[in-house]
Amino acid sequence: MTKTKKSIAQLLVTCMVDAIRPQVGTAVKTILNKNGCEVEFPKQQTCCGQPAFNAGFLKQARAMARHTIDVFTNTSGPVVVPSGSCTDMIVHHYPELLKSDPVYSSKAKKLSDRTYEFTQFLVDKLGLTNVGAKYNGNATYHPCCHGLRNLNLVQQPSTLLDNVANLEQVVLPCAEECCGFGGLFSVRMSEISGAMLDKKLSHIEDSGANVLIAGDVGCIIHMQGGLRRRGSNIQVKHIAEILNGCD
Amino acid sequence: MAATELSFYDRISDALANPDGQLAIAAGARAKYDNRARAMSEFPSMEITRDRARSIRAQTLSQLDKFLAEFADNVEALGGHIFWAKDAQECNQYINEIAKAKDVQLVAKAKSMLTEEISLNQSLEASGIDVVETDLGEFIVQLSGDKPSHIIAPILHMTREDVGNVFKEKLNVPFSDDPATLNAIARAHMREIFLKADMGISGVNFGVSESGAICLVTNEGNGRLISTAPRIHVAVMGMERLVPTLADLSIMLQLLARSATGQKLSVYSNILCGPRRKNESDGPEELHIVILDNGRSEILGSALSEILYCIRCGACLNACPVFHTIGGHAYGSVYPGPVGSVLSPLLFGDPWNPLPHASSLCGACKEVCPVDIDLPGLLLKSRSQQIAKGKSPLWMQLSQWIYAITSCNPILFGLALRSGQVVSRLLANDGWFTTLPGPLQGWSIHRDFPALAQKSFRQLWDKPSQD
Repeated sequence: MTKTKKSIAQLLVTCMVDAIRPQVGTAVKTILNKNGCEVEFPKQQTCCGQPAFNAGFLKQARAMARHTIDVFTNTSGPVVVPSGSCTDMIVHHYPELLKSDPVYSSKAKKLSDRTYEFTQFLVDKLGLTNVGAKYNGNATYHPCCHGLRNLNLVQQPSTLLDNVANLEQVVLPCAEECCGFGGLFSVRMSEISGAMLDKKLSHIEDSGANVLIAGDVGCIIHMQGGLRRRGSNIQVKHIAEILNGCD
Repeated sequence: MAATELSFYDRISDALANPDGQLAIAAGARAKYDNRARAMSEFPSMEITRDRARSIRAQTLSQLDKFLAEFADNVEALGGHIFWAKDAQECNQYINEIAKAKDVQLVAKAKSMLTEEISLNQSLEASGIDVVETDLGEFIVQLSGDKPSHIIAPILHMTREDVGNVFKEKLNVPFSDDPATLNAIARAHMREIFLKADMGISGVNFGVSESGAICLVTNEGNGRLISTAPRIHVAVMGMERLVPTLADLSIMLQLLARSATGQKLSVYSNILCGPRRKNESDGPEELHIVILDNGRSEILGSALSEILYCIRCGACLNACPVFHTIGGHAYGSVYPGPVGSVLSPLLFGDPWNPLPHASSLCGACKEVCPVDIDLPGLLLKSRSQQIAKGKSPLWMQLSQWIYAITSCNPILFGLALRSGQVVSRLLANDGWFTTLPGPLQGWSIHRDFPALAQKSFRQLWDKPSQD
């Protein structure tokens, strides 16, 4: 893939970004455009079904998986997702969930093969290490669990962040520990989830950062909502928002 | 195992209301987690060994009947007795009968979660037999009338001060919180037990099919003493705890110690072949190995059979942020943590059904499992099995259907977004909700919830100029 020839990427923006943090989608689109990708946004897309899947509601999850597959089946190019968790759902769980479906098992496999998490796409597919971003802030990075452990997103986000001009980075203690979000877990087991969040927020505050960067809007609203409740001024940003910084 | 009086949710609240206990648990588990990580980083063939261990477990369980028969034949050829126990009651009754027939007054026990699972101590005590736990942690648990909170470290929830107080109260010694002093007190007390006990009872870390040997792993040497000094040794083995060969055992031992405590090898790994023979000067006169099913054969034939790969190292407990937060007791099961959340509903039934839901599916457990059990995958399967059986709150079933129908219809989805925007405009304060209604209120106890953006991404896409 070269910058001279425009290629097409499909944006699967995720329901969370769509509803709560649309600026993340805009940032992804802008960065992809700058790096030679024309971005298409199939308007029929909704939710990938992960919340239902994680709660054990497989019938509902299958219905949403089939819908998402249908939305992207007649599109071309890689599918880019600004979420490790939703990417994991499509890449790993769709094929498993639909393996006995005579129509959708092969379609699920095809979608799985062309789906990438956003930083994974930039680094592994486009071969980028520096997107020319500039961001004034003292930041720390929380690796969201599904991206970290199921997609091995370690080097991609760190490479991209290391090359953001003016961005100071500090170490987050126990960074790899879950923030306690876990979808329905945060409601159904809210006491445990809240106690896990408390530990995470203390680590974030201890890091001395004024910006927390993460790659999943679910975890972002969880930590931002907790910080806000604490009266903290620490901002929580999606990595795409940081990489789109050019002030 | 009887259901505990409190519900899981009550036990969670109790655990969270005890910050000292929580800190002790988190610090203890985290230390073990770090030790494991260091040991594995110094173990160059870790990945290969882990793959090998997993395939050994898979192979053993796929032909468990064959390996069990081979094991039993070899134990009997060595002069040991085999008893096949279907459940806890059969197992406890058999051991009680031996104790009665052989006039056993005092039993010295090594740490065994399996015997905790079947409440063996209580059963023997009901027959008037004295039972003394000889693992230091289990001894303290027994003295204080407590329960183990971790499968490897039974007193993970206690501080040194707690132990000092237990000893002072129960053993009539001056208070001390110095580990060496406490150890010396326990050792002096224990020595007499080892010499006086008529029967030693242990679990089995691994049975070796090809030879009929059993392997006991301890750090204190108590396993060796209770299996050699008393007249009778009874070893209770879960039916899945076999390895085909001694070579396979060596693979397992390398991983077990590193995963559990970060040691290269546990201090004592005893491989015992049958009772004392004529020309031998030590060892028990009788060896009884009880092979216990207690629900395992049913698990073996189920979609969750992978959980039987477990070698009980406790690494998944040490890695689990939920375990760090609520500790072992809150699970209400002898098997807490991720492995316990899968196993407990299978072994003990419906009262343990909330356990598989007590996970954010972060995957830290799978990462550290020495036999690479897909614990998050099993937790998901456990959840979906419950849902398929209709065991979920009505509000959740309803809301999941509404959510699915909405998400399969882009027009409805768009409408839902717009309604959310209206609600947000009317009720959110400065872009955030501080309270949520009904079943969602748990969220807002601990954190605010963001209002929906007044223009969704799809709306911005249509009219980027209004950005």
